[in-house]
Amino acid sequence: MTRLLDFFRFLGAQVVERIWRLGYFTRFAVAVLFKSGAALVRFQLTLREIWFAGVLSLIIILVSGLFVGLVLGLQGYEILQRFGSAEALGTMVALSLLRELGPVVAGLLFASRAGSAITAEIGLMKATEQLKAMDMMAVDPVARVVAPRFWGGVISMPLLAALFSSMGIFGGWLIGVVFIGVDDGAFWSSMQASVDFRHDIWNGIFKSIVFGVAVSLIAVFEGYDSEPTAEGVSRAITRTVVTSALTILALDFVLTSFMFRGIS
Amino acid sequence: MNRSMLDLWVGFFVAIAIGAMLFLALKVSSFSGIEMQDAYTVQARFDNIGGLKIKAPVRSAGVLVGRVTDIHFDNDTYEALVEIRIDGRYTFPKDTSAAINTAGLLGDQYIGLQYGVDERALSAGDTIKKTQSAVVLEQLISQFLFNKAAEGQDKE
Repeated sequence: MTRLLDFFRFLGAQVVERIWRLGYFTRFAVAVLFKSGAALVRFQLTLREIWFAGVLSLIIILVSGLFVGLVLGLQGYEILQRFGSAEALGTMVALSLLRELGPVVAGLLFASRAGSAITAEIGLMKATEQLKAMDMMAVDPVARVVAPRFWGGVISMPLLAALFSSMGIFGGWLIGVVFIGVDDGAFWSSMQASVDFRHDIWNGIFKSIVFGVAVSLIAVFEGYDSEPTAEGVSRAITRTVVTSALTILALDFVLTSFMFRGIS
Repeated sequence: MNRSMLDLWVGFFVAIAIGAMLFLALKVSSFSGIEMQDAYTVQARFDNIGGLKIKAPVRSAGVLVGRVTDIHFDNDTYEALVEIRIDGRYTFPKDTSAAINTAGLLGDQYIGLQYGVDERALSAGDTIKKTQSAVVLEQLISQFLFNKAAEGQDKE
């Protein structure tokens, strides 16, 4: 009997804990939004975070984009040439990158490259009581530390996704046209004929903006909420990467089912 | 990292990212919405539109001249009412005919415009009178089979 009660107590505690955390997360998100004034007026603060989140992620984004494009080119050609439509390679590479792979893979890379760094930085500031010190000096740590990092991530993410997609298309072109010898004109014209600016490119950019908001928010929240110990910070970083990855994939499914339903 | 270096790098990053977006917008997509200037809308009625979709191309002599903007069912005449937006650069005679064609054997369907001889030009709000419905492959095959069967009976 006591065992059963213990089980229910455990279950209840878990559920309450999850809901409490969700509420805390939401209130934190609202606080970050309301206190972003300083981050946007003193833009130098945000600029520094764009440098950390965006410029330092450039190499990994560009190289991964190129390789994803190369692989898409090889595999796409292998499949398409069986049906005698190797000219559709441009369409395949561009659509799969712009609609799905660009925002999603760039988002995953961004979460593990920039998101983890943001969590580590804020978590360490908390562990060394720098956030408390700021509070003592009447400097709001959410406005001074969290908001610029959040906006830096939000601004960097769509730019990185666009670079990833462009690099991927370049990689597909490199394999398809330069190495295999698909006709250059057919590659671009079939791509232009089937890629629509609003439906494909704009929806891809919109997705990357949503992922940028999600990843940045999770990263700053996990950092701010981390236990102020070495172990706590490391656990917070792990949670950032895992939660961001799951959130990106789940959000991607939801967004895709809204965006591309009913289009041929 | 001093401030001017940081500004330089962020500026560099934003510039190449905007370059990438321009590349996507101009080189990868066709920008179909912006090209059309002073477009006008005409209507056409079809008995059967087959698999025609909104945004399907409208071609004349194989050249893209417009797009299908709306398709709905007219409950008075039991016909499909298709709205076509034609680029203002092109004018067509009033008795132009419209046909629903298929690109290739199994490709997407589009509307083909065939020139007429009328001296007045088609203008906004007009209806194309002469139309030719989509060819439904299954109907063609069944007609062919029934004709063959009927021929066989005649001979006996």
